[in-house]
Amino acid sequence: MRVGVITFPGTLDDRDAARAVEVGGAEAVSLWHGDADLKNVDAIILPGGFSYGDYLRCGAISRFAPVMQLVIEAANKGMPVLGICNGFQVLCESHLLPGALTRNADLHFLCRDQEIEIVNNQTPWTSSFQQGEKVVIPLKNMEGAFQCDDQTLAMLEGEGRVIARYVGENPNGSRNLIAGITNANGNVVGLMPHPEHAINELTGPSAQGLGFFTSILNAMVK
Amino acid sequence: MAKIVVDVMLKPEILDPQGNAVASALPRLGFNFAKSVRQGKRFEIEFEGEPTAAQIAEVEKAAEVLLSNPVIENFVVRVEK
Repeated sequence: MRVGVITFPGTLDDRDAARAVEVGGAEAVSLWHGDADLKNVDAIILPGGFSYGDYLRCGAISRFAPVMQLVIEAANKGMPVLGICNGFQVLCESHLLPGALTRNADLHFLCRDQEIEIVNNQTPWTSSFQQGEKVVIPLKNMEGAFQCDDQTLAMLEGEGRVIARYVGENPNGSRNLIAGITNANGNVVGLMPHPEHAINELTGPSAQGLGFFTSILNAMVK
Repeated sequence: MAKIVVDVMLKPEILDPQGNAVASALPRLGFNFAKSVRQGKRFEIEFEGEPTAAQIAEVEKAAEVLLSNPVIENFVVRVEK
């Protein structure tokens, strides 16, 4: 099982994401933004960072990178894609996921350990979790507030497409405490906090983030 | 040289924390005129000569695809002499 991890100029969590993939039991394959080649991967991760310097809007320029045209094509055919933080922003800008991520409500860059609740464990990225399981993983971003119109919000809630919510006080102004969502088919997932930084208790707040990476392995083996 | 200006603003229903921060800074400095503030982006695109209708239409398209995110933003395109 090969999981591609894309590096854009300005990406910074690609190493951690690749390591999390390997610890999860799959093979991590580096993908480069400028290459129109997915190297026969079975799933793709868009890691966090500041791709293209976050110029214009977060993810706005990455969306047009050569590799993204293939990612959009593959995602529409059902390939599992996970966007973490900046990756989530890229997926929204690519219209693979609805809504947008805007500036944190209090304008501060947030970097902290955050409890989230997994509210949809039916996706290939969340199947290792129990429904309603609470996990603590790092949240670190400037543009983390999930925004969409009322109609989109009602659709996401009605179709069970919110996959994770913040627990406790709203950290960034996201509507309905949304920390992560999925597309209509359930194969594309966007998540604002960082599970790849929580795969080992020595270096993270928990090892609970690993569930996202073992999920994808289970999904593929099935 | 003519200029096409594209103004991009967050849609009214989208929270604008930057605008709110400016709005709350103004009275601290003694400026008491603002009921609210919204902050946006302005793009100035220079043209050799007068832009044609087709070129303006192209800018409109670029504004929709790249310069704005239609999910959260509105834009206005105009020619400035």
